[in-house]
Amino acid sequence: MASVTYDHVVKRYTADLTVVKDFNVEIKDKEFMVLVGPSGCGKSTALRMLAGLEAISEGEIRIGDRVVNNVAAKDRDIAMVFQSYALYPHMSVYDNMAFPLQMQHMKKDEIEKRVKNASRILGLDNFLKRKPRALSGGQRQRVALGRAIVRSPKVFLLDEPLSNLDAKLRGQTRIELQKLHRDLETTFIYVTHDQVEAMTMGDRIAIMNAGILQQVGTPGDIYDHPANLFVAGFIGSPTMNFVPATVDNGTAKASGLEVKLPKPVSAAKGTLGFRPEAVTDRVVDGGPSMKMKVDVVERLGSDQFLYGQVGTDQVTARVDPRMSVQPGDTVQLGLDTRGLHFFDAETEKALI
Amino acid sequence: MDFSVLLTDIPTLVAVIVGVPLVLAAYIVGGEYLVRRLPDKARPAVRPWIWVAPALLLVTGFLVLPAVGTVIQSFQDNHGNFVGLTNFGNQLSGFPTGGSWIAIRDNLFWLIFYTLGALAFGLLLAVVFDRVPYEKIVKSLIFMPMAISSVATVVIWKFMYAYQPPGQPQTGTLNAILSTVFRQDPRTWVQDVTPILGLFPLNNMALIAAAVWGIVGFSMVILSAALKGIPGDLLEAARVDGAGEITIFRRVIFPLMMPTVVVVGTTLVIFALKAFDVVYAFTAGNYQTDVLANRMYKLLYDHFPSDYANASAVAVILLATVIPVLIFNLRQFRAVEARR
Amino acid sequence: MSVAAASPTSSVAVTWSPRWITDRLGSVVLHIVVISLTLAWTVPTLGLLITSFRLPADIANSGWWTALAPPFRFTLDNYSQMLSASNLGQGLFNSFMISIPAVIIPVTMAAFAAYAFAWMKFPGRDWIFLALVGLLAVPLQLTFIPVTTEFVKLGFTPDNLQSIGLPPFIPLWLAHAGYGLPFSIYLLSNFFRALPSDLFESAEIDGAGMLTVFFRIVVPLSVPAIASLVIFQFLWVWNDLLVALIYVGGTPNVAPVTVSLVNLVGSEGQNYQLLTAAAFFSMIVPLVVFLSLQRYFVRGILAGSVKG
Repeated sequence: MASVTYDHVVKRYTADLTVVKDFNVEIKDKEFMVLVGPSGCGKSTALRMLAGLEAISEGEIRIGDRVVNNVAAKDRDIAMVFQSYALYPHMSVYDNMAFPLQMQHMKKDEIEKRVKNASRILGLDNFLKRKPRALSGGQRQRVALGRAIVRSPKVFLLDEPLSNLDAKLRGQTRIELQKLHRDLETTFIYVTHDQVEAMTMGDRIAIMNAGILQQVGTPGDIYDHPANLFVAGFIGSPTMNFVPATVDNGTAKASGLEVKLPKPVSAAKGTLGFRPEAVTDRVVDGGPSMKMKVDVVERLGSDQFLYGQVGTDQVTARVDPRMSVQPGDTVQLGLDTRGLHFFDAETEKALI
Repeated sequence: MDFSVLLTDIPTLVAVIVGVPLVLAAYIVGGEYLVRRLPDKARPAVRPWIWVAPALLLVTGFLVLPAVGTVIQSFQDNHGNFVGLTNFGNQLSGFPTGGSWIAIRDNLFWLIFYTLGALAFGLLLAVVFDRVPYEKIVKSLIFMPMAISSVATVVIWKFMYAYQPPGQPQTGTLNAILSTVFRQDPRTWVQDVTPILGLFPLNNMALIAAAVWGIVGFSMVILSAALKGIPGDLLEAARVDGAGEITIFRRVIFPLMMPTVVVVGTTLVIFALKAFDVVYAFTAGNYQTDVLANRMYKLLYDHFPSDYANASAVAVILLATVIPVLIFNLRQFRAVEARR
Repeated sequence: MSVAAASPTSSVAVTWSPRWITDRLGSVVLHIVVISLTLAWTVPTLGLLITSFRLPADIANSGWWTALAPPFRFTLDNYSQMLSASNLGQGLFNSFMISIPAVIIPVTMAAFAAYAFAWMKFPGRDWIFLALVGLLAVPLQLTFIPVTTEFVKLGFTPDNLQSIGLPPFIPLWLAHAGYGLPFSIYLLSNFFRALPSDLFESAEIDGAGMLTVFFRIVVPLSVPAIASLVIFQFLWVWNDLLVALIYVGGTPNVAPVTVSLVNLVGSEGQNYQLLTAAAFFSMIVPLVVFLSLQRYFVRGILAGSVKG
């Protein structure tokens, strides 16, 4: 069993510097879990505590049923791919991949078998004798992966492995990593700051901000039902529209928009949230509508985005690419209430 | 002390401090002015030479030409007649104790033990100090002997090696430790030629030890910088890969430090072969601690008139010992340049 | 990132676990090793320092460490005697007279030359630079005889110079300059080459000529490197024995402090009281320079030394 459990884990550096606060998450065996959040949110620290590279201030981390708080990194049966790849510059690709197996005192022919196998999977067969400095960024990344794969660990840890690749390579590698996960049938824990990577790769996503876990769920879950303002704003591109509103008798009133809330809410003030695609160019009879003064029009071929003012608020709308709009126009837009969210003014939690 | 001397000499000092840069700057400015009067095409061809001329002249005059001169002189006798290899024959006759052979043997000891000693201690200190929070302070303390002259070092170590006859209270630190902790007779460290392990005379080792004490700071500082240049995540990766601390040192840290170890090693070899001050001040080369540099000095100044012929031969022999290092350095330099 | 910063973490979660105990023990051993090594390195100097304040009778009869226990008998006599009876005071003065010009001359010449090597193209540039690197290894002994013979032939000796009212140190200044130039040019040239070329390009566009670029851009930016070189060369010249012996000899009116000290070693033999005070006296200036500007000295050493 290679599940991973964080049980009330805290990481504190000094009395006033706590980077991970009461982190609780259970990662299932063979799952691809993504830890995502802005820089400094504590995701890398959480990963490194699991790897054994940082001490745990409070709480327990379990791999399977085994508490690993005091177990040395080398005995935890995990493999890690570093953001900088951390390849040994003085060793060949083969030796880099063989190194962890040599540490386990494995027999030479067994080592050779495993290294050749990993090399085949990753397409490194022609590079085995080369040193890291003679490889491209993408090739180095594959060697780092290979070094992790040969160990057949219980858990793979990946710390922002795509951030040093150029955009095109990033896209390709994303797909390859997902295939790899399927083939290896092992738990993957993946840290990134990129919400696109999180949404596309994870079976589940754990979002962190300022050391606090915001929400855990499947990508679809998190996209459709964000638990708070932060998650709603972090996931999804272009970002969700946020419009301050007051609640009066079940109706939310914003400066350019009035909408009847589908559920009663306890708060009197808050933020209305709706994604650009919830804005429609056709107004349903009796449905909520808004007038937008269009500032910028972005035509992407398959999509069209309008950026403009609704009342005193900035709003982004995703409309049919065939709609003809010019900057400066005023358009009437409707709102699909199925994609409506309301966040409490104080707690920022989602009430709808 | 005659203080009136101060009054006349200080103005001279000031004149030099201000005058030299001024004169050189004026020379450059003047040269630049002349260059500007040349046609555009000629300027980049002429200008560099003006800038490098003073330095090149001085270097040629004090290093290049004299070196050539000494080599030529080594083939002549003291009256300027060509005598072929006679001088070298003199120096290399009477193996193993005649001619320059003892000096050559001692230089070999210096080459091996000075270099290895300074490297080993430098590495040890760099690695160990890296892991304590008060690293800067202890490094400063180890580094301090580099600021003092070899002569002062010799005085310090003469004292460490001081000898009183057995039975009397020992004033030298080492002999005191020897007699109280190890219950052995005190030794005349600087004069005793008893070979350690059957091969290495004690007094030579004692002199070398004093010199190593003075230079370890140098190798420690450089090796420490190399150590700190190793990216932290390499070590973390090795730890996650299952390597213990000693294995990490053996297979990751040391191999990555190797290029720097080589550079420090070759520099130490050059210093070892140039050794003069320590030997001159400690023993003047007596008790079989002579080295080539000393031998040459003696041939020049303990003889009257100076024995230029043999002294030149000794200098050339010294050069010969350095040539392998010189070639190595040049090769390394060109390799680095090629990669730019 | 230092090796220490990446050192294995000890888990603070559980005290008194086997792992916690071995970690703590390892840490204690480490500190013991570090402190003993440091003590071993400072003991020689400490021994001498303490001895310089002891009475001659004490020095001859007991080890210096006994002075640290009662009765405490200390004296300043050794120092005053050293200053009045020996040539150390004169030696100190001579050392200044020798060192300062012997630093200024090569550093200024090297700055100009290094700039040319770094940023100007001329035929043979790389070969000449290579020769300079080679010269770094050449033993100075190889140059003494021809130069001194020439100087004597030309009458360019300390005595002659002094008799016509010029400083007797001029030959020594030039010698130290010549010997110090290869390293100085090497160090400054490496530094100049590392300056970003856009600096020069934008200066060129702004209309600056070579001189302006050198004096108003390169030199101000190179102050740390020049400072390192100055300190390096200063300590090297101040602590030198051999070159001084060869070019000015050992007479007290021209001998630097190193020569005076070595003469004292020869004459005093086992009478350590004067010797210890003299040794420390000779160390004051370099130690002060070193301690106050250590950063630059270290930088000078590291220049071009860390490879790979």
